[in-house]
Amino acid sequence: MNKHEPVGRKLDLRNGRVELSHGSGGRAMARLIGEIFHAAFDNEWLRAGNDQATFDVPAGRMAMTTDGYVVSPLFFPGGDIGKLAVHGTINDIAMAGARPLHMSASFIIEEGFPLAELKRIAQSMGEASRAAGVAIVTGDTKVVERGKADGVFISTTCVGIVPAGLELSGDKARPGDVLLLSGSIGDHGVAVMSKRENLSFDTQVLSDTAALHELVALMVETAGSAIRLMRDPTRGGVAATLNEIAHQSRVGVRIEEKAIPVAPQVAAACELLGLDPLHVANEGKLLAVVAREAADALLTTMRAHPLGADAARIGEIVADEHCFVQMTTAFGGGRVIDWLSGEQLPRIC
Amino acid sequence: MCLAIPARVEELLPDQMARVSVDGVGKIVSVALVDDLTIGDYVVLHVGYALAKIDEEEAMTTLALLREAAELGAQP
Amino acid sequence: MKHVDEYRDGELARAIARRIAEEAQGERAYRLMEFCGGHTHAISRYGIEDLLPENIRLIHGPGCPVCVLPMGRIDDAIRLAERKEVTLCTYADLMRVPASGGASLMKAKANGADIRMVYSTLDAIALAEKEPEREVVFFAIGFETTTPPTALAIRLAQKKGLANFSVFCNHVLTPAAMQAILDTKDGVEIEGFVGPAHVSTVIGSAPYRRFATDYHKPVVIAGFEPLDVLQAILMLVRQINEGRCEIENQYRRAVTESGNAKAIDEMAEIFELRDAFEWRGLGEIRKSALKLRDAYAQFDAEKRFSMVTKPARDNPACECGAILRGQKRPQDCKLFGVACTPETPMGSCMVSSEGSCAAYWAYGRFRQYETRRNEARKAS
Repeated sequence: MNKHEPVGRKLDLRNGRVELSHGSGGRAMARLIGEIFHAAFDNEWLRAGNDQATFDVPAGRMAMTTDGYVVSPLFFPGGDIGKLAVHGTINDIAMAGARPLHMSASFIIEEGFPLAELKRIAQSMGEASRAAGVAIVTGDTKVVERGKADGVFISTTCVGIVPAGLELSGDKARPGDVLLLSGSIGDHGVAVMSKRENLSFDTQVLSDTAALHELVALMVETAGSAIRLMRDPTRGGVAATLNEIAHQSRVGVRIEEKAIPVAPQVAAACELLGLDPLHVANEGKLLAVVAREAADALLTTMRAHPLGADAARIGEIVADEHCFVQMTTAFGGGRVIDWLSGEQLPRIC
Repeated sequence: MCLAIPARVEELLPDQMARVSVDGVGKIVSVALVDDLTIGDYVVLHVGYALAKIDEEEAMTTLALLREAAELGAQP
Repeated sequence: MKHVDEYRDGELARAIARRIAEEAQGERAYRLMEFCGGHTHAISRYGIEDLLPENIRLIHGPGCPVCVLPMGRIDDAIRLAERKEVTLCTYADLMRVPASGGASLMKAKANGADIRMVYSTLDAIALAEKEPEREVVFFAIGFETTTPPTALAIRLAQKKGLANFSVFCNHVLTPAAMQAILDTKDGVEIEGFVGPAHVSTVIGSAPYRRFATDYHKPVVIAGFEPLDVLQAILMLVRQINEGRCEIENQYRRAVTESGNAKAIDEMAEIFELRDAFEWRGLGEIRKSALKLRDAYAQFDAEKRFSMVTKPARDNPACECGAILRGQKRPQDCKLFGVACTPETPMGSCMVSSEGSCAAYWAYGRFRQYETRRNEARKAS
């Protein structure tokens, strides 16, 4: 436990709620941080009890990323906001081919938020961070008035080291390159939606939230700079990511519907609500644009890892001045895959 | 018009409700508009209501007609 | 998914498409209106037009209840939702439809109006029970598929003695709209209709008879899946070739001649015909829409809140009307892709996922570039 824990009564973790005093820098805040966050994340930096973490950095180029997490509901099948925050930030580093080093986490908590839930979230983050081997070395906590935050907002920042010679970038896709997808799509979005009010349906679908850095390390080992770029299709789904790539690289994308893995329950839930899996969020998948010659070897590598077991080659990059993302349907017909404007909403029509 | 999907009746519930499923995704819906349902029947589901029972025999006929049309089309 | 996947078989589809190509007579034009927005969506999603020969043209009709809802009615709904005591329940399809002055339900919600998206009228009833101090109003739209669920909700509200539930009724009728298309002066020329799937589940195939007898247009009721649509197109091609004008039912697994008697009775019990109703793009159509009968006045939001609809005018450059009537295509509208995009929709055809413009934008606009490129290649 944190040796700087203040004296006095412990938090009522079962029935207590977060109060404004927990954010005001005094004893109450020290107690909250100690009993909830330090207890869950426990590592040498947090134990040192400073406002910052210091560490040696290996030689090379650094990668840095930051993300905010505002998902609702906070707890969903397969995960929670905390786990998402850890994985999501690690993944952003991994998409540069980089090895994540350490991360920070800041919390904005709504007055009245149950301590039991905060504890649950913190524990989930601690577990995720230990499993990934990326420590949460520093953080911050603020409490805002009731109504000014949706329970809790989490922001994470992560730093990592890019392997020498690797320069993945969204503008590096070239005609002739091949598109690889690490696994099935739509799981996260469907899992979250199944818990939303007014949409409840029963499903065994779990969020696919996962840290991809180990899979990425294997891919980099196999193919190095034959990998042009990688991206994880989160909000907006695969459709948004492919359009981003097309526009950044000024190319066209052509994919095959038959090649895209979708779990039967995810497909069924999407049918029920009138959603297109291509627009549904994922939290444990990656898209890679790779040189054609390297595609087969990479697929073998990916499929050997649990997070890439269903990896598939889904399409290729072509020259296209309009930067269209086009899909050949299972029918042999053609359609454009566009960004969606705003969030995808269920439909009756 | 409108998004409707065939769903399998898994359980009949009181007040003219039922639990149906589409490939393992379950939902509680109203079956007030369709009579004589048994478990295993398929219904057309729209905005939380079953609108019709799917006639298995007619479905088979339709599929047979489709295959027939396809065979003719496949001939050189 | 059973009763779904079998009708999405790509190989079967291509074979049937070949059959259609064989039977379609070269010099003849087959202009087929698919009335139902759900069919528009399916045709776009599966790229069915790519499989058909050039002389078969699918014309999108006004069977999209979101598309044909006049702007004035959305304005009404927003005004309702802005009342402090009202909780407006709506299908998500309506959230982004443009109302007057660039407003929308989505924007009203962002500004604090209590608007809840629901999947079913059952959810609205549950809400009314859970929050008795709120005036829960259900924004009802849709053709005959969606009307029975509203009728049943009103029944349920009555049975439960709910004093805080009402319906803002905008239900419209399919045969009336199909007739309006055929009656339009200088309207689009069509040889036949692909009839709606789930509307027909409710009303049966009988109501379409007059299109065959009085207007000499064949109607083939088609299921929702792509193979259903292709089979229906083949049946229409055959009717046209043979000079027949019949009502045929391709969707026999779910549609009967008399339809769903229970659903029809429920609708008749709760609703009656309005004399006239304004349709976006089609103008006023007589006996084309429903309102609650006097016996159910307490559930009628228009009476309960003394609502008076102010007619609102669409952007004059917006071609939603001509597009809904099948006279123009999305690419013919000057605003398409310029001022009117999915991010900044000018009209409902772009917002509704069934709307022609949205479908064309989402699935098909690459074709015009390909066509131009091919033409350029031919010329050089």
